[in-house]
Amino acid sequence: MLAMRRISWGKYIFLILVAGFVLVPMFATVLGGFKSLGELRTNPFGLPDVWEFEYYAQVFADGSIWLLMKNSLIIAFFSVLLTIIIGTMTAFTFSHIKFAGYKYIYNYFLIGMMFPAAAAILPLFLKIRDLGLLDSLSGVVIPQVAFGLGFSILLFRTFFEQLPAELFDAARVDGCSYIKFYWHVILPLSTPILATVGVFVLVASWNNYLLPLLVLNTEQQYPWTLGIMQYRGEYGIEWNRILAYVTVTISPAIIFFLFAQKYIVEGLTGGAVKG
Amino acid sequence: MSNDVTTIGKRSSTSSNQNVSRWFKKNNHGNRLLTLVLFLPPALLLFTIFVILPIGEAGYYSLFRWNGYGEPSQWVEFSNYVRLFKHGAFDTAVWNTFKIILISLVIQLPLALIIALSIYKKSWANSLFRLIFFLPYILAEVAAGLIWRFVFDGDYGVMAKFTEALNTDTWYILADKNWAFVAILVVLVWKYFGFHMMIYIAALQGVPKDLIEASKLDGASRFQAIWYVKIPLIMSGITISIFFSILGALQTFDLIMPLTGGGPSNSTHTLVSYLYTFGITRMNVGFGSAVGVVLFICCVIFAFTYQSTIMKDKK
Repeated sequence: MLAMRRISWGKYIFLILVAGFVLVPMFATVLGGFKSLGELRTNPFGLPDVWEFEYYAQVFADGSIWLLMKNSLIIAFFSVLLTIIIGTMTAFTFSHIKFAGYKYIYNYFLIGMMFPAAAAILPLFLKIRDLGLLDSLSGVVIPQVAFGLGFSILLFRTFFEQLPAELFDAARVDGCSYIKFYWHVILPLSTPILATVGVFVLVASWNNYLLPLLVLNTEQQYPWTLGIMQYRGEYGIEWNRILAYVTVTISPAIIFFLFAQKYIVEGLTGGAVKG
Repeated sequence: MSNDVTTIGKRSSTSSNQNVSRWFKKNNHGNRLLTLVLFLPPALLLFTIFVILPIGEAGYYSLFRWNGYGEPSQWVEFSNYVRLFKHGAFDTAVWNTFKIILISLVIQLPLALIIALSIYKKSWANSLFRLIFFLPYILAEVAAGLIWRFVFDGDYGVMAKFTEALNTDTWYILADKNWAFVAILVVLVWKYFGFHMMIYIAALQGVPKDLIEASKLDGASRFQAIWYVKIPLIMSGITISIFFSILGALQTFDLIMPLTGGGPSNSTHTLVSYLYTFGITRMNVGFGSAVGVVLFICCVIFAFTYQSTIMKDKK
């Protein structure tokens, strides 16, 4: 009994230490935005002695932050929407139309999943340029959708095939067309997998850095990931400003995570495991 | 599909024309073919144009010296690859990528597993720990990188406290050639262990409870129950997480940029940040494509061998 208790004490101490490793940098970031540079230097991790609100106020007053968020949101929204529409349509042809040779085309999509997006980034950039999509949000959205297809088609097809076959037979007997079946039966029954894929694409798009970095040149088009790096470039080592900025820009993701935790964990790990 | 139908129709006689229309009627029940013609091409086009074609083009462009304007004309055979393999910074980038894989396998995944084993049961405290440990994973890499750039700053943050305690000179670890990459590895573990932990937790929650009960009744110790019952039963989760951690390691980029940008003196590049610095920013399309091809080959060889050997056994 004593040994058991000792193990469980040890366990909690270990867990708390790891939690400290995870959380201290985050708390330091949030609090750092409230400190003067001098205080940040002497007291980087503790509560501020004097709470300074001007750095946070300036981040909001700047106004550019709203534009950055808006751009990120537009990119993410259309990436999710298009991935879901195109992905489910394609998966439906594999799960229910089953045309001759569909397996080859399905495998073609799956193989693409193993391709690292960064490997062909230069030809991809030239392609985006030649299609006239450079410096436009669609130049970010369309490649993101293309790269998300393999993974989402895999998840969608697996899910569609697990839906009861009787549904399809009954619908066909009643004269329901394929498109109607897809729209009125498949999609409404698939909300769990739509949420999984949606969350995955949403988070990937919200956090994407490399593709916007290549495609977008004008600041009006920047998503927040580019904005944060630029802010850091402007303010150099004025860490209190930068930390305030980081806090403000990451808070939507954290709030979203706290509210939709279940879906996010499912979307990011469940999706990966099922894939 | 509709194209096939018309071309066949033009070429053939009336009797086969009837065959075609009969075939079409038979196969188009419930607008089956029409749906196919509508549903398949968007994905096929997007995927081919933006994912598959660029890979082929990378292979082609890698044989040229080209700045991306006009047509590639200066054919240089394999000299981009020769230059690449002679470049010391590329060696470092490969070596660094290897270090990431090593740290993932030796520190990150075992840490994730130990934590998963201690908090996989459903309880209030365990959920809270899970939430905390998963938090870094949802942060964007650039934000996480900036946070840690502050933590590692020699004048502020933890390094300042450290040198203060030792009473030594300020130490800018991210500007120290010998230690900068170690600092990056710490951030990588911080950022990604929660993801692997969640995979293990999901797997552990699927282990039937009676198996563990049975092992206890048979007199297995805690350690034995973990080693002989739980770990073998979550092997498929472990295989998957190894797969993701290696593929992820090969593509590390976003974290490097805010932390060091590849410096000091190119000592902290990974394959992708090397590609970015020497291929993209200088618009060396040929050279950058050669780096991309090397990266592509590494990923594909790894993915195929791993899937056809290790993952096949588990499924």
